[in-house]
Amino acid sequence: MSIDYALLFRVLLPEALLTATALLVIGVDLVWGSGRSRGSRLQMAVGAGLLGVGVAALVIWQDGAQGSVWAGNLRVDLLAVAVRLGVLGLTGLSLLGLTGSRVSDQPAEYVALALLATVGFLQMAVAQNLLLAFLALELASLSLYVLAGYDRSRPESAEAALKYFLQGGVSAALLLFGFSLLYGMTGRIDLTGISMALAAHADGSLSAVAVGMVLAAFGFKAAVAPFHPWAPDVYQGAPPMSAALIASAAKLAGLAFFWRIFWSGLGPLAATAPLTGGAGGGWVPVLAAMCAVSLLLGNLVALAQVSIRRLLAYSAIGHAGALGLGLLSAGEVGPGPLFYYAATYGLATVGTFACLALLDRAGDGDRIEDLAGLRRRSPLLAACLAVFVLSLAGIPPLAGFFGKFVVFAAAFRIDGLSHPAGWVALLAIAMSAVALYYYLILLKQAWIAEDVRVRGPIEVPPAAALGVVLAAGLLIVLGAFPSLLLGRF
Amino acid sequence: MSLLPWIPVATLVGALLALVAGARSAAAARVVALLTALFGAVAAGAAAARFAPSNELVTLVDLPWITQLGIRYHLAVDGISLSLVVLTALAATSGVLFSWTVAERVGEFFALYLTLVAGVYGVFLSADAFLFFVFYEIAIVPKYFLVAGWGSTRREYGAMKLVLYSFAGSALVLAGLVWTYGAGGAEGFSFGALTEAASRMSYGENVAAFGLVFFGFATLAGLFPLHTWAPTGHVAAPTAASMLLAGVVMKLGAYGCLRIALPFYPVGFAAWQLVIGWLAVAGIVYAGLVALVQRDFKFVIGYSSVSHMGFVMLGLATGEIEALAGATLQMFSHGVIAGLLFGVVGRMVYEREHTRDLVELEARPMHRRLPGAAAVFVLAGLASMGLPGFSGFPAELKILVGAWNFHPIWAVAAAVGVLVAGAFTLRVMQRAFFGQFGAAGAEPGEGGERLTLPEKLGAGLLLGATILIGLKPDLLLDWIVPALQSPAFHFAATNVVP
Repeated sequence: MSIDYALLFRVLLPEALLTATALLVIGVDLVWGSGRSRGSRLQMAVGAGLLGVGVAALVIWQDGAQGSVWAGNLRVDLLAVAVRLGVLGLTGLSLLGLTGSRVSDQPAEYVALALLATVGFLQMAVAQNLLLAFLALELASLSLYVLAGYDRSRPESAEAALKYFLQGGVSAALLLFGFSLLYGMTGRIDLTGISMALAAHADGSLSAVAVGMVLAAFGFKAAVAPFHPWAPDVYQGAPPMSAALIASAAKLAGLAFFWRIFWSGLGPLAATAPLTGGAGGGWVPVLAAMCAVSLLLGNLVALAQVSIRRLLAYSAIGHAGALGLGLLSAGEVGPGPLFYYAATYGLATVGTFACLALLDRAGDGDRIEDLAGLRRRSPLLAACLAVFVLSLAGIPPLAGFFGKFVVFAAAFRIDGLSHPAGWVALLAIAMSAVALYYYLILLKQAWIAEDVRVRGPIEVPPAAALGVVLAAGLLIVLGAFPSLLLGRF
Repeated sequence: MSLLPWIPVATLVGALLALVAGARSAAAARVVALLTALFGAVAAGAAAARFAPSNELVTLVDLPWITQLGIRYHLAVDGISLSLVVLTALAATSGVLFSWTVAERVGEFFALYLTLVAGVYGVFLSADAFLFFVFYEIAIVPKYFLVAGWGSTRREYGAMKLVLYSFAGSALVLAGLVWTYGAGGAEGFSFGALTEAASRMSYGENVAAFGLVFFGFATLAGLFPLHTWAPTGHVAAPTAASMLLAGVVMKLGAYGCLRIALPFYPVGFAAWQLVIGWLAVAGIVYAGLVALVQRDFKFVIGYSSVSHMGFVMLGLATGEIEALAGATLQMFSHGVIAGLLFGVVGRMVYEREHTRDLVELEARPMHRRLPGAAAVFVLAGLASMGLPGFSGFPAELKILVGAWNFHPIWAVAAAVGVLVAGAFTLRVMQRAFFGQFGAAGAEPGEGGERLTLPEKLGAGLLLGATILIGLKPDLLLDWIVPALQSPAFHFAATNVVP
């Protein structure tokens, strides 16, 4: 088997660029940064990071889809290109948001870690064999654990990192266990081979265990119940832009990753019966049940929250249910709807966290009442926050509405209400009415409630302002013209 | 050619301009809002003057939008939608005039108000179910901020209840439509494609999908027992918003039933028909009786709206062309009258007297303090009671005749509702304005003031419309009846009186 190394290099060029940028950022900071203020070191790091992200995106955009590379170990299809560009965009916005966050004492390392996590995300989007997939996932996860605990001035940050790490570690172990079972059953580590072997012959109980392990890992990555408990603590404790990365780019990459594992690798087990030992089932009904629980739990528990970030975490658990539904229906209609939902959801989440980072920097608390008077203190932030929150709530013409719509349409397309996906979609639609309540509570504080305290205007650095305006603008444009994204598939 | 397709977009642009202008000066925002509303009125008027009634939707603009799902930006008009566009233009314009005194955050107020209006126009003009739904939802969120930000009595509670009910209703509609799209294998969301898809569903699915879509829309139309948001929300709302909400936005629900639920799922409609009719009748009588015992002036109007919307739903329940025409006419008529009544209560009385308590008002010589308001209210009250010469009369008469043909008991019960409407209207008229009529030494006292020019214009506009249509209902019926002769509304023939 001959390998086209030139092509392989070309495909991995974005990853190489980002890694080089990460090293460069640390090096320059070491040499140039000593004795300078943390603010200017942060600006240098973010500038260099954005440059690296931009060039990497340009390379990916230029090359487009190239099909299978390196003997089928990497798959650069339209989805891969879209996810890689989406991940880079979300990372870029997070970096912009970083300029509006409280500055940590080692800004360059933070940016470098974020870039390394992004390298992991990029690989997750193309990996087509179990080993590469696991490596990519771990590279991303390890960077994110550190990012979650980066704020050493607050014990909550350490707590978040520890919880995230422990649960992430267990889920990685489960995933590895599941992978090794798959390898043991099929003797293959490439997804195509696994799929073919499973289609030919699948041991019911063994494949049930393997699928269960993979499902658990997916549940952790996407915060689908019952593997969600890390989410509220991480959302609340981690530095805002770390949480943003975990909640947006990591999710987008993770969904693409598991889309490949489930449909390219475990596709033959979708509807057959490994979990029930023969009759009915497959992983589709199990995933549908997880989604349903997630939708119920996330949206109902969110109603009782007083902390903005915990509220967002529970709302994210609810959204994860809908994203899982997109994953389910992707077998029928392709990954377009799933990608659209995950990407626009990521945009709204990054934007929200960027706003929260600015509030955090201004010394505000994390309670919902702390939003009171935002309209006076920063009309820009209040307006952008309204766009993000209404998009999360699924109000047209914002992108969040169309994301939900297209996923539900796909779910009903499978087989109406004769398929569990249809019922989950009904539940998701009902829950969107519940969700509107807590989203409106946020906006009520920001737009209507008057502040009882006298607090000055919130200072928004230009780069952070650019970030939130860009995210809000994209949500409006992509919502009004969804074909811009959907047409790519 | 026609300006009609530009109304929704132009109104949205007007909303943005009002926001920008409001940052500079309140007066500028008001002028922008008035000009935007007038643009809608002129465009609607011009279209009405040249309108040739036909039995199909005449396409205004049809562009590909989301090709992957076969969704198009398709605006079209027929006699039914044009009637309601004209109503929206009237209500929006007089709403701006009645909000001339809004003093706080004027730019934001009018931006939200015009966004709501744009959504309403869009719904009435849409000929693609997805587009319809998008506009429908655009009309929901601004309501929350209008009511919670500028309202009165328990405004945050009222706003949240109002919006959650509307949104839950729209969620039912979405569920029904997307299910139909998926299960029926529709190629897109055009009315025709979805009707076809619905016909491919099994009997049970069709009945269930109709239930979702119809009761989703009916929530917004205030069908008993889904109406409870309406009085609370409309009382809490600022004047212009309650005029628009009761006058026009409730019609979105009824229009959705007429345009989407009934034609898409004739089979499901036949199954639900009796239930709908009884609920409509129950709403007419129940809301009327509740209105009879209210102490808050505005709550009387709020419940009367629910009662009057019951007539619309009753007309729909019969499924016969005459009654459907009556229902459409009633939508127009109630839109104008409810706008007027809410305008009198909220702007003319409450802003001057600072109370809506009928007991307190009764103790004041209101007919001397606010003779203008009293005159307007008497006329509007007569219209609301359904007296000949006002638009409510031909509308309710047609509905009653249709109901009689379909199910005589409905007609009898609804006629009782008409009597109750007379009773509560006369009661509130007497208490609010003529409590001290003929009492010795009833001096106007301090605070009485004449109606302002914007109020006179706004009231004149709405009163003119109800009287004009009352005297010559054919002006609208000549548009509406041909539209109802479209094959889309031929479901009545499939229905058998049980």
